[in-house]
Amino acid sequence: MTQANSVLPPLAERSGILRWLRKNLFGSWLDAALTIIGAIIIYWAIKGFLTWAFTVAEWEVISANMRLIMIGQYPLEQVGQLWIALGFLMFLTGNSLAIWARKSYFTTILLLASPALLALLPFGDDPRKWLIILSVTGVIGWGMGWSKPEALGRIVILGWVLSLPVFILLTRGFTPEDGIMPIVGTNLWGGLLLTFLLTVVGILFSFPLGVLLALGRRSELPVIRLASITYIELVRGVPLITILFMAQLMLPLFLPPNVTIDRVLRAMVGITLFSAAYLAENVRGGLQAIPKGQFEAAQALGLNGAQTMVFIILPQALRLIIPILVGQFIAVFKDTALVAIVGLFDLVGIAKTVLAQPDFLGLQREVYVFISLIYWVLSYGMSYLSQRLEEKLGVGKR
Amino acid sequence: MLQDRDTIITAREVHKWYGNFHALKGIDMDVKRREVIVIFGPSGSGKSTFIRTINRLEEHQRGQIIVDGIELSHDVRNIEQIRMDTGMVFQQFNLFPHLTVMQNITLSPIQVRKWTKEKAEEIALQLLGRVGIPEQAHKYPGQLSGGQQQRVAIARALAMQPKIMLFDEPTSALDPEMIKEVLDVMVELAKSGMTMLVVTHEMGFARAVADRMFFFDQGQIVESGTPEEIFKEPKEERTKLFLSQILSH
Repeated sequence: MTQANSVLPPLAERSGILRWLRKNLFGSWLDAALTIIGAIIIYWAIKGFLTWAFTVAEWEVISANMRLIMIGQYPLEQVGQLWIALGFLMFLTGNSLAIWARKSYFTTILLLASPALLALLPFGDDPRKWLIILSVTGVIGWGMGWSKPEALGRIVILGWVLSLPVFILLTRGFTPEDGIMPIVGTNLWGGLLLTFLLTVVGILFSFPLGVLLALGRRSELPVIRLASITYIELVRGVPLITILFMAQLMLPLFLPPNVTIDRVLRAMVGITLFSAAYLAENVRGGLQAIPKGQFEAAQALGLNGAQTMVFIILPQALRLIIPILVGQFIAVFKDTALVAIVGLFDLVGIAKTVLAQPDFLGLQREVYVFISLIYWVLSYGMSYLSQRLEEKLGVGKR
Repeated sequence: MLQDRDTIITAREVHKWYGNFHALKGIDMDVKRREVIVIFGPSGSGKSTFIRTINRLEEHQRGQIIVDGIELSHDVRNIEQIRMDTGMVFQQFNLFPHLTVMQNITLSPIQVRKWTKEKAEEIALQLLGRVGIPEQAHKYPGQLSGGQQQRVAIARALAMQPKIMLFDEPTSALDPEMIKEVLDVMVELAKSGMTMLVVTHEMGFARAVADRMFFFDQGQIVESGTPEEIFKEPKEERTKLFLSQILSH
C-alpha cells in the first residue's frame, strides 16, 4: 500500500505552471516574441471591447426593444399563447432528458435551468414570471419522465412529432376575432420567433427531402436519378437569396391573381428546398462511406432494397455524418437572416426596424452585437448538444 | 420438374464476364441435399464468384442455375425466395456494426420471415448457444474478437433456417488462433446434415467433412472428386502443383 503511494509520477507530469509556460509559450526567442505580441493584441482588443461595452454603449436600446427583438409586432395581449407553446416544448424536453439522457446531469441542469437564468436579465415582470414557469414546467416534465420512463417513451415521441404543428397552431391562433385565440397574421410574426420558426421548419422538412434526394441520386432508375441530379445541381448552383427573391417576387407572377401564398410560408419553402439540396450531398457522402459488404450481407439475408436502406445503411450513414448535419443545420439557422432582405422581420429584419426609430438612431453596434450574441448562443448550443449526442451514440458501437 | 428430388443446386454451363474478363467459363455442378462441397483454387480462379452467383450477389450472364427447384432469373420473387433459403458467411464477417449481436441475428427473421420478436430472440439464443457464445448477445460486434464475430455471422445466417449454407473463405481474415473455433462450428454444422458449399483452403476441414471437392482454376473446374481421390491421387498436374503449394508448409 505505502509503496504504491510513494511512487512518484514522471518528472514531466510534476511540472508546475512555470514549466508549462516555459515549454509552450517561451520555448525559443521566436516563441517568446510571438507570445508577447499575441498577448498585446488580445489585451488591446478585449480592453477596447469592454471599455465600449461598459462605458460607451447605450444598452437601453436593447431593453426598450426586447419584445420587438424576441417576437416582432406580435400582439401583446396574445403573448400568453407563445409562452404556452414554449412550455409544451420545455415539458417534452424535460421528459426526454429523463427518459433518454438519464446520466447527462450537466446538460439536463443546463437546459432546464436556462429559462430561469434568463429571468435574471432585465426583461420586465411578466416575462420573468413566464420564464420561471418554463423552468418549473421543464422540471415537472423531467420528474414525470424519471418516474415512468418505459410508459412515457412512446407518448413523448408522439409529443415531439406533434410539437411543430402545436407550436405553429398556438402562434397563429385559430379562432375568429372575438374568440379565445384570434388568428395572428404572419406579417406580425417577427424577431427571434420568426427566425426560430424558419429554422425549425427548414431543418425538419429539408432533412427527409434531402435523404430522399440522396437515395434518388443513387437510384438504378434513370428517370429518378436524373431528376435528383438536376434538382441538386440546379439548386446548389444559385445563392439562397436568389431563391428567396424568386419566391417573393417571381412566384406571384405565375399564380392566378386571386391566389396568394403567405410570404412567411414562401420563405419557409425556399429555405427548405435550398437546404435539401445541400443535405442530399451530405447524406450521399455518408452512404458512400458504407462498405459494400453491408449491402451484400443484407441482400444475402433476404432483406429487400427498402429494408436494407432503413435498417442497415441509413442508420450507419446518418450516424457518420452527424457533425456535417449539425453544421448544415447551423448554416440554415444563420441563413434565415437573408429573409430580412426580402422584407420579413426576422432577427436581422427587426434590428433594422429598431434602428429606424428616432430615439435609437446610430446604435447599430449595440443592436448587432446583441443579435450576434443570440445567434452565437443558439448555434453553439446546437453544436454542444450534437457533441453530447455523438458521444452517446458512439460508445462501444464501432 | 427442373431437378430430381435429391438435387438441391444445379449449375449448367454458367458463364460470367467482368467487362472483358471471362471470370466463369462454363461451370457445371450438381449438389445433393446434405452434401458438403469444398471449393478451392488459386486466387482469381472464380471460386468466390461462383458461389456468389448461387444467391445472386453476382449475376451470371449465360447458363442456368437452379436452387431447390427455382431457377435464378430476373424475376425478383425467385431471387427473394432463393435468398431466404440460402445463408451466406463472408470472409469479412459483414456484421452490422450499429446493431447488437441479438439484433444482427433477429433482424431478418423478424422483417423477412415475419416472426414475432419473442420467437426470433428465442431462436437466436439457441443458435448463439450452438456456436458457443450465448453470453455475448447484448454486445456490439466491435466488442467481439474476429472468431466470435464470424460465429455470430454463422448464427445470423442460420437464423433464417436456410436449406443451404454458402461460406466464402470464412477463415481467411482470422488470426490463426481463432480459425479452429470457427471450423469447429462448421464441422458440427456439416455433421448435422446441412447442405454446405465452402470456399476454403483449410484442407483439414475438407478431409474431415467434405463429401466432394472441386478444384477451380482460371474460371473452370479443373478436377473434382472425393477428398480421398483429390489428396491421394490427383489426376491433373495443376491440382498436384496447387496442393503441393498449400500443403508444403
